Amino acid sequence: MSSLKKITQKRLFLPIFSMILVMLINVIYDMACGNAPLTFFTVTIKNGVLYGRLIDIFNRGTEAAILAIGMTLVVSSSAGTDISVGSVMSLYGGMCCMLLAGYGNTNVSNYAVPLIIGIGAGLLTACVCGLFNGFLVAYMNIQPMVATLILWSAGRAIGLLLCNSQIVYVRVPSFQKIGGYVGFIPTPILIAAACILVASLVLKFTALGTYIQSVGINKKASRIAGFNSAKIILLCYVICGLCAGLAGMVATSRIYSADTNNIGLNMELDAILAVALGGNSLGGGKFNLAGSLIGAYTIQAIDTTLLALGVSTAQSPVFKAIVVILIVVIQSEPAKDFFKKLGKKKEMAKGAAQA
Amino acid sequence: MKKTKINSNSLLLLITVVLFVVMYAGGCIIYSSKGFTHLQTFLNILINNAGLICVASGMTCVMLTGGIDISVGSLVAMDCMILAVGIEQWGWSSPVLMVLILVIGVVFGLVQGFCIAYLDIQPFIVTMAGMFFARGMTAVICRNQVSIVSDKIFTTLAGLKIELPFGGYMNKKGILQVPYLRITVIVALIVVILVYLMLKYTKFGRSIYAIGGNQQSATLMGLNVKKTKLKAYVLSSFLTSIGGICYCLNTMAGTTQQATGLEMNAISSSVIGGTLLTGGVGNVFGSLVGVLINGTISSLVKTNGKLISSWSNIITAILLCFFIILQSVFAKIKDSKK
Amino acid sequence: MEAGVVLKMQGICMTFPGVKALDHACLTLKKGEIRALMGENGAGKSTLIKCLTGVNKFEAGEIYLEGFNGPIVNKDTMDAQNKGIATVYQEVNLCPNLSVAENLYIGREPLTKIGTVNRKAMNRQAEELMKELELDIDVTRNLEDYSLALQQMIAIARAVDMDSKVLILDEPTSSLDDREVEKLFTMMRRLKAKGVGIIFVTHFLEQVYAVCDGITVLRNGQLVGEYNIEELPRVKLVAAMMGKDFDDLASIKQEGSGDKRKEPLVIEAKGLGHAGTIRPFDLDIHKGEVIGLTGLLGSGRSELARVIYGADRAQTGTLKVKGKEVKIKNPIDAMNLGMGLLPDDRKAEGIIGDLSVRENIILALQAKAGILKRIPMAKQIEIADKYIEMLQIKTASRETLIKQLSGGNQQKVILARWLATDPEFLILDEPTRGIDIGTKTEIQKLVLKLAAEGKSLIFISSEIEEMLRTCNRMAVLRDGAKVGEIEEADMNQMSVMKAIAGGDSNE
Repeated sequence: MSSLKKITQKRLFLPIFSMILVMLINVIYDMACGNAPLTFFTVTIKNGVLYGRLIDIFNRGTEAAILAIGMTLVVSSSAGTDISVGSVMSLYGGMCCMLLAGYGNTNVSNYAVPLIIGIGAGLLTACVCGLFNGFLVAYMNIQPMVATLILWSAGRAIGLLLCNSQIVYVRVPSFQKIGGYVGFIPTPILIAAACILVASLVLKFTALGTYIQSVGINKKASRIAGFNSAKIILLCYVICGLCAGLAGMVATSRIYSADTNNIGLNMELDAILAVALGGNSLGGGKFNLAGSLIGAYTIQAIDTTLLALGVSTAQSPVFKAIVVILIVVIQSEPAKDFFKKLGKKKEMAKGAAQA
Repeated sequence: MKKTKINSNSLLLLITVVLFVVMYAGGCIIYSSKGFTHLQTFLNILINNAGLICVASGMTCVMLTGGIDISVGSLVAMDCMILAVGIEQWGWSSPVLMVLILVIGVVFGLVQGFCIAYLDIQPFIVTMAGMFFARGMTAVICRNQVSIVSDKIFTTLAGLKIELPFGGYMNKKGILQVPYLRITVIVALIVVILVYLMLKYTKFGRSIYAIGGNQQSATLMGLNVKKTKLKAYVLSSFLTSIGGICYCLNTMAGTTQQATGLEMNAISSSVIGGTLLTGGVGNVFGSLVGVLINGTISSLVKTNGKLISSWSNIITAILLCFFIILQSVFAKIKDSKK
Repeated sequence: MEAGVVLKMQGICMTFPGVKALDHACLTLKKGEIRALMGENGAGKSTLIKCLTGVNKFEAGEIYLEGFNGPIVNKDTMDAQNKGIATVYQEVNLCPNLSVAENLYIGREPLTKIGTVNRKAMNRQAEELMKELELDIDVTRNLEDYSLALQQMIAIARAVDMDSKVLILDEPTSSLDDREVEKLFTMMRRLKAKGVGIIFVTHFLEQVYAVCDGITVLRNGQLVGEYNIEELPRVKLVAAMMGKDFDDLASIKQEGSGDKRKEPLVIEAKGLGHAGTIRPFDLDIHKGEVIGLTGLLGSGRSELARVIYGADRAQTGTLKVKGKEVKIKNPIDAMNLGMGLLPDDRKAEGIIGDLSVRENIILALQAKAGILKRIPMAKQIEIADKYIEMLQIKTASRETLIKQLSGGNQQKVILARWLATDPEFLILDEPTRGIDIGTKTEIQKLVLKLAAEGKSLIFISSEIEEMLRTCNRMAVLRDGAKVGEIEEADMNQMSVMKAIAGGDSNE
């Protein structure tokens, strides 16, 4: 009994538990369909590239994973979420493709400017968005979600503006490669790996983690101890903006076009869900990046599984919304008190029975 | 002490009203050749935004408590889809469906309100989940666009013109154009008036202001904060459902992508109309002016003809940003005075 | 219960984890009496009030209230209010965005026949109430349009109109100016004439003697005594509040620790001030000197220190550190000049609750190093272990979360945080509050040791002996201003108390 409690109290319990649950559902589903029970885990090479549901999850989960990195930091430092990330992804797409295709062109097979400028400008735009959000939150003391609401709405609209309300296609192989394959490995997987690597190296070799958590837990005390809380929060939002840009880069290159209306749609929910599923409190403070990342891939696994079960992408938000609510309800103080009381009652009943 | 000074809150509202007048007058001058000066242009703004007016009224109540409800846009979409699918595929009559929608609204609000008031979860997270839930449900009900054509009551209601006895003009062909309103506008205006009276003259209404002013004080003064909050969210979802019906009477269709960003319009209308994000200050007439400003912006963008429609989104966002910063600055000034 | 007594609290006991907050505390309040409840920080004033109003649950003792046969226990503030005990807090607990009339009647508004709020009747009633209390207020205007003093009085009016027998005023005057205070007193006297018993919690001595009939003094959760105002002149009151009993570790200071005035100056403050908290002051601190800041709570002793450190930004004056003029905008600037501040509110400004002991210790050092230069883990462990050992911090491990430690050990961790930065000038604001005697002495010894090593310190404490034992010189503060200094030779219980009490001390 007590060992079970110990396990459930581990920080990574929630994400790993849900991951295993999703895998189990897949195994059962495969068995029901008459496939080999472990189809889910099989990785093969088809047409010279890696193939398999697991690979698909890692590939498709790239955007959520990258967003989760930024979102984790934002949640930890400011006890609020950045809901503009989806729009910023779309804005990246608009900016990058507009530059690469030249304004007004909708379908090109040659770059108007070098690829690196397109990507650079897109990422820069994303960072500026982060800067804007961070400024409102850290220096104007506006609730994070309200502050990011502005770009949540305007980001996509500006993207549309850049593309003249049209879908801009960039049919150049080197552009498509970012969303395609390097050798036999999907490029997004490599990009995600690189982002994760950089993030963990930064957290390992700088004091960023300590700064962010300290500010997130106790702003006043952090100030007395010599931290500049506002700067730290600003930095977190800029990083989150950059992550949104990178996620936008992958999403845009996947469809080699700037479909501003659809790139990054509902991604903010995935990112926030990943953070919550990773066992991080949405009230800020301590964070666990590994948890968020497992959370992100778990969500993708849920998506892929739902798709396999015949639920369309338009419908899947229903399930995700239910999962979010369940997680936050379990995390909420009154619910915790309720469970505690329940546990005490059980113990008392036990004691009474023994007596 | 006795002399009347304009406090920052009425100043915010004043800025809004002036902004609206200037914007509208500017539109009249620039686009007079395109018929912007006709009374009907103004009435059309009301007609196009009748649903939004209802939604914004509910949003204002929630924001007065210091909360927020971003599920409204998706809820409107779900309402429209239920109406469309209900009429065209299930063959239900529209009055029954309207009652069903109102009931769904109340239940939706109850669940959200319970999570926020009694479980102490951030309103934003709860209503965001609500937003995705409703949007997803819309797709679950039907994935395609469904137009409403077969229900007589519904089409009659939608087609009903309430003509005004004044303000008519001769068009180029010499036919008298009589300005008109739609039934939705009447509903919306009744909603605004009722909500105004409710906020001003009922215990519930005053409790909403008290909670927004200082939640801790409200508790100490013996108000039931949790129950009031719950009721506010139920009211918001209920009014959103009324707004959903109005919206549907305008569009006569249900699609999965309908009313995207409506929550943004409702929030910005409230904020522009002088409702403080921190709660406690604002009223529903301000929000009405806010809606009119939003409507004027999109009307101007449309009348221009060359600008693409996302401009109205961008301008609204800029205005919202401006007012949010203004509020924050005013709050800082107030703090430093103490 | 004796005749004329409206409230009697007897033998109230209450413990917070690890601290005995109230130890058989008592209070008696007569009808139509204004009674001051006095005591230094941690004396148990607010805990006692909270026991009365039902916020805290007490463990032993009884509360008798006029009109009730047996002892009463209040479930919550509402319950207390219904029984006739009303409380007005330091912060006005009303809604600034509502009208005055609404603030008076919300929750119990007069209704019309159809169940809506009858605004006319409400405004009329409110006007009558204002007239009765002789307040010149337009009840239809928003509360925020009125000064804090008037808001405070409206809060009192609300409380009184609910037919209270007992009115508790919890530091209502801390944000009021003299004229406003006088208005408040007029109102209090009027209520007194009506037979309301008032408990007045304040830390301004002047006000106690201006308006009160009796004084109840608490110290360390225990009743020191209940006095009539004539029986207790200022100096005796200060003595009762601060306590005179030396503990067994009488003198730890070496006699003749030498005049530090010859040492070079570390801090030279000229006209430094911050509006609303501390009036401009001058202060010099030499190398190896321990300066005590003394004064009652709210006298500006913490605020003075905070201005030097930059926790509150100085608005006037100049500060020289080691002869060089400096501008301190943020604590980090002060830290880079070799300063450190151990704040008085440990929970709100000291500990980072969810971080481990190790992380809490290296925090300030890390802030000084900057975000890019992470202190290597091995070094962190070394530093943490060194101070856990040196200060004998009782913790399960260096990775235990600081919030799980006891108050005294938390304080040692914060102390370790500053020692790790090797500061030249350290401000200790109430370092010994709420911790046990043993730890107190340890900290006092540490202060002397640091001074011997050539560090300068500011030491703030509510306990005079503690300061007599450690300080080379004391600066006295009263009502938000520095009013004088006491040299080491003149430092004794009596002189310090007289200085704190101020005014005509023979009163």
